This record gives sequence, C-alpha cells and structure tokens, in this order.
Amino acid sequence: MSTFIEKLGNLDRRVIFVLMALAVIIPLALRMNLPIPIDQGPSMDLYNMIDALPEGSRVLLSFDYDPSTMPELQPMAIALVQQLMTKDIKIVSMALWPMGVSLGNEALIAVSDSLGREEYVDWVNLGYKTGGGVLIVRLGSDIKSVFPVDYDGNSIDDMPVMQGVNKLGDLDMIISLSAGEPGIETWVMMAGDRYNLPVGGGCTAVSAPQLYPFLATGQLIGLLGGLKGAGDYETMVRVGVENPPPGIAIAGMAAQSVAHLVIMLFIIIGNIAYLSEKKRKGGAK
Amino acid sequence: MSWEVIGIWLGALLSLCLYSFLYKDNPFYKFAEHLFVGMSAGYWVIYTIMNVLIPNWWQKLVPMEGGFQPIWLVPGVLSLFMLFRLIPKLAGLSRLSLALIVGTGAGISITAMLQTRALAQVNGTIIALGQGGGWFNWVSNIIMVTGVVCGLVYFFFSKPHKGVVGGAANIGITILMVAFGASFGYTVMARISLLIGQTQFLLFEWLPTMGIHL
Repeated sequence: MSTFIEKLGNLDRRVIFVLMALAVIIPLALRMNLPIPIDQGPSMDLYNMIDALPEGSRVLLSFDYDPSTMPELQPMAIALVQQLMTKDIKIVSMALWPMGVSLGNEALIAVSDSLGREEYVDWVNLGYKTGGGVLIVRLGSDIKSVFPVDYDGNSIDDMPVMQGVNKLGDLDMIISLSAGEPGIETWVMMAGDRYNLPVGGGCTAVSAPQLYPFLATGQLIGLLGGLKGAGDYETMVRVGVENPPPGIAIAGMAAQSVAHLVIMLFIIIGNIAYLSEKKRKGGAK
Repeated sequence: MSWEVIGIWLGALLSLCLYSFLYKDNPFYKFAEHLFVGMSAGYWVIYTIMNVLIPNWWQKLVPMEGGFQPIWLVPGVLSLFMLFRLIPKLAGLSRLSLALIVGTGAGISITAMLQTRALAQVNGTIIALGQGGGWFNWVSNIIMVTGVVCGLVYFFFSKPHKGVVGGAANIGITILMVAFGASFGYTVMARISLLIGQTQFLLFEWLPTMGIHL
C-alpha cells in the first residue's frame, strides 16, 4: 500500500497535466452548471453601490487590462456595462493600458447594441493615454485637456454624455478593471483618496489579495476578484432579466471548481506520499 | 474561407503549439514562442508610434489646424536623449530625461502612496474591537488587530524571539503563512481561469469551424 502511495507521489507530471485538461474540458463540453451562491461580500457591495446610483449618473469605467487577462476581466466588463446601461447610467470610458481600449469597446458596443443605447449620448470611449498616475492627476483638474477627442477622433465638446463633465470630481463613481499597475490601486491613490471619489473595480485573482486591505479601510467600495468575482457579478446582473445572454464566467466556474478539486486531491496525495516516505525512511534507521 | 476563420485557426494552432511544451520542449513550441515574441515587439513599436508618439507629441508639435509649436521640441529632445544610452559617449545626456521622469513621478507619488498605503491602512487598523456589531465582526476585528501586531513583532529583530515576544512572533508568522496560502489559492484560480478561457476558445470557436458543435 505504502509503495503504491509513494508511486502516486512520484507521478509523471504529464499525467497530472492530462487530468487537469480533462477536469477543464469535460465540464465545459457538458455545459455543466454549478450554483454560484452570492453572499454579502465585495462583489455584492459593488453591485449595490452601482444599483444605488440615480438614473443619469455618470461613471468613469477604466479598462486597464490586455488580452492576456481577458478570460477573467472581459466577463466582468460585459456584466458591469450591462448593469450600468440597464440602469441608464452614463458611461465615460477610457484605458490606462493601450489594449484595454479595444477590449472595452467590444463590451460597450455589444451591450449598447443589445439594449438600444447610443454612443456619445449614453456612453463614450475616450481611448488610451500614457502616464498612469500622472494622467489621473491631470484628469482631476481638466479632462478635456487630456482627452480633447475620443477614441475615434471626435471632439468631446459636442457629446451629450460629456456635458457637465470637466474634471473627475464631476463624475459619481470610478470603476477600474485592472490586470496590474497602473490600475485599481493607482485610481485609489490618485483619484479616490485625493478627490474623495468612490472607487470600485475588478481585478485578476492574482492581484486580489493585495487589494483586499483597501476594502477594509473603505478606500474601495467593492471588488470583483478573478473569475469568481466575474461569475458572482454575472449571476447578480442576470437576476430578473428575461432570457439573459449565456454567462461566460458562470460557465467557466464549473470547470474552475472541478479543476480545484483535482488540485486539492493531488495536494493531499502528495502530502500522504511525503509522510509515508518519511515514515518508511525513519523506520529504516 | 473568411479572414475570421483563418484568424481562429491561427489562434488555435498556435495555442496547441504552445501547450505542446507540457509534453516536452519541441520545435513547434519554439516556433510559436519566437513568433509571439517577435510579433509582440513589432506590434508594440507600431502601437506606441501610432497611439502615443503621434497624438501626444507630433500632433501637438505640428497641429492639424496649422502652425508650429516649438515648445513641444523640448519633450522631443528629451526623448531623443533617452536613445543616447546606446551611444556610450553621449549616454550621460539620458540622465537629464531620467531625472525629469524620476523627479515628477516621485513628487506626485510619494505623498499619495504614504496616504494610501500607510496612513489610511494604519487608520483602518485602529478600531474599536466591538465595532460593526455581531460576533462575526467582533472576532474578525480581534484577528485583524492581533494579526497586525504579531506580524509586526515577527519583523522586530532588536529583541530575541523568546518568551512572549517569541510567542507573538510565532502567531505573526502563522498569520503570514495563512496570507501566503490565500495568495497562492488565488494564483491557482487565476492560472486555471486562463486555461478555461483558452479551452472555451478551442471548444466553442475553433471546433465549430470544423462542423463540431458541442
């Protein structure tokens, strides 16, 4: 028995890779759906804060990520835009990461078309500017000097969505979807704490633990952490919606759960094998 | 065959080439890796010229409505100085540009970082233990305050970690380990999420191009 366990402990890593692949492929191929219970937490806090905004409020949505983190952040972007547009909240979007512009545009156009919203009236994509924190400080005093034109080169002076929006303080909330720096922390530091604006957002699972302290201090009003956060948000946004579109993150969460079970199983096997080998060697002395 | 289908096939084949590394290093993996590095470098150069250099500098130096704004020669020259790092005799000039970048960055960030990462966090830790109501918040507050104090004791090296100090340091390192464990768990979730994203692409975008619908 102990030899068998020790053999398991020295399993060829390629066997583990195959099992991991199967743990992901099978739930996705079978379209397995596991329930995603939503408890009071950072995801629900963000949802409630946006839900409490009055119709016609203006929110800055910053797409601070690139395609390498799309599986986690794009479902969040779509769900957030869905909630904002459904509530008729105006979206002023931009990006601190160059590739975030086109990814954000994809989400904005898809949801806007499905809900019949109008570009420049209900939303605008200002585009990307380099500078990170320095850029945010400039936005705090004059948005139009930083973004005289939008992503497509149209003057923002003529856009209804930008009427009355001259500086960050004219916005009701800032939401950043961030894959690193510059991202949520930069917004908290340069906009939230400096101009006393509510900042929320979504991030990759890797960076979530670093951002949790900002939730405890109230510097962040809510946070979506990784695919779980995206799945939570998709679930909340779909409540009460007739024939909601298929949730990308919800579908992924079933595969995520099965993959985690496989990993936990191998961690347990590895530890049993280690202890068994240690005991055997100790006994041989 | 449409360009979209060609794009999907290219993406799928390159994904498979990259995943083949899990079996062992091979020429397909090497090809995909080198292609990615080369494409990324090329893409970034063009993207930076088109989306950073031209709108942020060139169009301000020579505006479309006409005229020439000589003040914008200053950032142009400073940018050029950065490239002088490649010429040993003139490399010293790049320090001027770097000094400006470091000075501006530090000036803007130091107070903001102090406020965001230090003062606000310390303020958040100084709480009444019973704050928030309910036994869960009460226990959470005790764990947080104990964790912060014991974590700080662990990094206090001017006194030997023995007796009460040693006990507190042990609690501190235990809490740090729990934090590292949570961080590792999140990292695992992130990596699996990327695998899920690419698998969704292969199953629901690539396979249908071959008539296989799952």
